[in-house]
Amino acid sequence: MILTVLIWVALAIGLSFNTLGIVGILRFPDIYTRLHADTKCTTFGTIFTSLAVVLYALRVYVQTSDGQYISLIFHTLLAVVVLAFTNATSAHAIAQAAHRRGHKPMPSVTDRLEEIRP
Amino acid sequence: MVAFVVTFGFSYALYLVLTAGSGIAPWFWSSQELLLGAIVAVVVGLAARTFFSSSRPRAGLDPRRWVRAIAYVCGPFFLELARANLDVAYRIITGRIRPGIVRVPSGMSTDLGVLFLANSITLTPGTLTVGIDEDTHDLFIHMIYVPPGLEDREAIDAREIFAMFDCPRWIRRITE
Repeated sequence: MILTVLIWVALAIGLSFNTLGIVGILRFPDIYTRLHADTKCTTFGTIFTSLAVVLYALRVYVQTSDGQYISLIFHTLLAVVVLAFTNATSAHAIAQAAHRRGHKPMPSVTDRLEEIRP
Repeated sequence: MVAFVVTFGFSYALYLVLTAGSGIAPWFWSSQELLLGAIVAVVVGLAARTFFSSSRPRAGLDPRRWVRAIAYVCGPFFLELARANLDVAYRIITGRIRPGIVRVPSGMSTDLGVLFLANSITLTPGTLTVGIDEDTHDLFIHMIYVPPGLEDREAIDAREIFAMFDCPRWIRRITE
């Protein structure tokens, strides 16, 4: 019973952050600020939706002691770790590529990278 | 030899994580999976040992580093992540942004430390590593909200990027 509530809470938090990420893509003005909304909010949201999957699998495993649910738990945890690493790396790669290509942060109060790599 | 053992251990552990639950209770793994995993890990260990742990393989064996790294990810880093996510959520809803790229000397002496710090910064919402100066190990960070006054300063200390904890000090203790 408590577990069911926890699963719903985790799903609600995860989906709200994912939704906010989408709203951010539509609202923010340039590629860098959009990357903030897109990559980060979805990471945090996905951590919580994955938590819901883990809790669900745990509950079914306790009821049925079927080994495939243990497998599901570990696969989900591994997916979160991989997501955390690839998300940071790809966000950096996109931002750097955009800056090298000449996309200036717009609006922006300062750009120190411009000074050394014009 | 050390490089081979480290690579073998890592790939075998990863294989076991992926196949957990294959055995019949109370066993976690079936004997076929254990045997096949060992064979695969030997092949991977022989093939990838020079890529996986090229320098200082012994440092990766120190269990205190692993404990600190896990403590860092579960404790200070996760709290920073949560706080910064709420901050970005607030900025998405209100639209109050003040973006800019600032220069942050990383203060790390190893490549792993710089990678760790850059990834921590990028994964924390509101800050994004755009570029890196290869010679000085300075990071160029795009912030979604540059606090007023900060944009006039030539360089910003890495500690000021994080709101609550001294993350660079944690990273230095893990990687050096």
